[in-house]
Amino acid sequence: MTDIDIAHEIPLAAQRPPVISTGVIGWLRANLFNSVFNTILTIIAVYLLAITVPPMIRWALIDAVWNAPNGQACRGAGACWAFIGEKWRFILFGRYPYAEQWRPALVVVLFIGMILASCDRRMWGRRLLLLWPAGLVLIGILMWGGVFGLRYVETELWSGLPLTLVLAVIGMVFAFPFAILLALGRRSQLPAVRMVSVAYIELVRGVPLITVLFMASVMLPLFLPAGFTIDKLLRAQTAFILFAAAYLAEVVRGGLQAIPKGQIEAADALGLGYWRRTRLIVLPQALAMVIPPLVNNFIGAFKNTALVLIIGLFDLLNTANTALTDANWQGFAAEAYIFTAAIYFCFCFFMSRYSQMLERTFNRGHRR
Amino acid sequence: MASETAAIGVQPSRPAPWRDPRLRGIALQVAFVALIAAIIGFLAYNTTVNLRRQNIATGFGFLDREAAFGIGETLIAYSPADTYARAFLVGLTNTLYVSALGIVLATILGTVMGLARLSSNWLVAKLAQIYVEAFRNIPLPLQLLFWWGLLRGSAPSPREAWQPLPGLFVSNRGILFPVPLGDPAYWWMAAAFGVALVIAYAVHRWARRRQMETGRQFPAGWLGLGLAIGLPLAVFLAQGAPLELEWPVLRGFNFAGGTVVSPEFGALLIGLVIYTGSFIAEIVRAGILAVSWGQSEAAMALGLRPGQRMRLIVLPQALRVIVPPMTSEFLSLTKNSSLAVIIGYPDLVSIANTTMNQTGQAVEGIAMIMAVYLAISLSISLLMNLYNRSVALVER
Repeated sequence: MTDIDIAHEIPLAAQRPPVISTGVIGWLRANLFNSVFNTILTIIAVYLLAITVPPMIRWALIDAVWNAPNGQACRGAGACWAFIGEKWRFILFGRYPYAEQWRPALVVVLFIGMILASCDRRMWGRRLLLLWPAGLVLIGILMWGGVFGLRYVETELWSGLPLTLVLAVIGMVFAFPFAILLALGRRSQLPAVRMVSVAYIELVRGVPLITVLFMASVMLPLFLPAGFTIDKLLRAQTAFILFAAAYLAEVVRGGLQAIPKGQIEAADALGLGYWRRTRLIVLPQALAMVIPPLVNNFIGAFKNTALVLIIGLFDLLNTANTALTDANWQGFAAEAYIFTAAIYFCFCFFMSRYSQMLERTFNRGHRR
Repeated sequence: MASETAAIGVQPSRPAPWRDPRLRGIALQVAFVALIAAIIGFLAYNTTVNLRRQNIATGFGFLDREAAFGIGETLIAYSPADTYARAFLVGLTNTLYVSALGIVLATILGTVMGLARLSSNWLVAKLAQIYVEAFRNIPLPLQLLFWWGLLRGSAPSPREAWQPLPGLFVSNRGILFPVPLGDPAYWWMAAAFGVALVIAYAVHRWARRRQMETGRQFPAGWLGLGLAIGLPLAVFLAQGAPLELEWPVLRGFNFAGGTVVSPEFGALLIGLVIYTGSFIAEIVRAGILAVSWGQSEAAMALGLRPGQRMRLIVLPQALRVIVPPMTSEFLSLTKNSSLAVIIGYPDLVSIANTTMNQTGQAVEGIAMIMAVYLAISLSISLLMNLYNRSVALVER
């Protein structure tokens, strides 16, 4: 009897979920206080934030000095952003002649534009092969000058962000073909070719970049015939290319190894020779597969350019360091390094996000 | 048909020599080796000519000469009157010391941060993510200069040193902390610790065998932990608890007593650990995510506790993914320790650099650095490969 009664009863009106499981409180309970351990963690994290963040905000914003004629007037409890206001052009463009600094600025814009264009998948292919040589020639004209009424600027004076970009981008562009040859060499059937490739890759990957840079700056002049000199920038650039190629070669090898054997056999069956098989069948598939790690490698190369300050080139980090030595503006290391770090961060963060996005798109087909 | 029968019995005609793949391969290799040899020979010839012109003697004879430069921090006895070889040894020990310490600390920091990124606690996960993104995307030399500037430039003089904890001083001369004065009791404690380890291992084996045979469990892990802490503590108390610390004291313009961590070493270690830790955190996170959730669910269905689930099911599978990239992070930390030259910590590269400037023996100096780093890299690879073999998937 009772069963039937219940069945005939009018259903209760829908009730709102309990207050503590929805809205802000519900979110807090689910994400911050869902267990004893998490509650303790949250309390510790909030405490740590409370003792570190307010002093940092006070230093960076509230107590900061935004305008000051010199370092003395700027010294206080907070950050001296006036130092950056005074020095930003030097940090960005360094010793490049002041009146001509629109040229490196344009070069930076060009580099960023070319990188952005290369990120667009619709551009991949022949169009990029036209864009890059044209862009690099234009960059060369702008940096060196000496034609079209532009004043000639020797490489000694190249500095700051343009130099960092030149080292990283040109380094990667030239390292890439070399890396492909090394990777092919490492997988070659010919023992001599394979051994030389393995020896080169492992040797370079086993030593720090510093030693390669030292070698380029100290030993390269010894290697060359007497009376034959090459300038410092080219030496560092060579070191970068030789170093990056070894790492890139391993990335490319990863792609080569992932090609199914059937592809190669099919190419052989079609009567393609080694080079045509490699160029038309193997490389297009292998390279497309390794684009995300290639981008990661590029981030590494970009960060590695900061090492050239050891051999006395004025990259972005070194110009920031040099700006610190001004007698009128002493003791603002934190401000200069934060400014520089922010620039590096913007480039690297963008590229790492881009590589993550590519990985997601590439994996789409492999996911269930 | 006729042509087929005709082909049978007829030797396949040998291709012309320039079409024979085997012969072509040999010819190509000979040409390639000759080219490489020619390039190396050309460079070597130029180098000898240039060196002779600059009156620089080749060879490693300079290593026996007096170095005549001081080194700020040494782990082994060294004075400027010692030889260059000794100076190199000092640099090598410093490099090994900072790398070993850095690898241990970076692994701890990276693992903690990697797990924190996977935490169900939103705040902790976000903070870990900010740490990883911030430090991974800023060049290491910049970070080193920043820490060094903070420790050397922005820290106060010894007279106004910060004292975050009693006895711990931070000044521009470095970080000072008290050390216990030497006492024979400590040796006994070390011995007790060793004994505890041996007993714990024996108990562990016994407990494992018993579990295999009877299925009954024994808390061997807790017993081992208790022994490792308890036995030395008991010895410590039995010896009369000789806890006498040597405190750093301000004397004149600097501190005396205690142990000091120089700003250079401190900055290098902090920079290396924080930078590498951010990469290790990502590796650990990826490794744990690579273990499919079904494994954890299966473990839960078997009634394993969260700790057991992690230790017995998730971690062994995650380690397979984690170990190989971890090896390359350890290698890159070791190689990155050479950036010490930027902030003036006397590591191998920095001392070799001074030596090369003094003697002009650039070829030998760089060859020595390269040889040492290659040796270190190969040893780390070897050790990690051995470890990797123990965690790798055993396939039948």
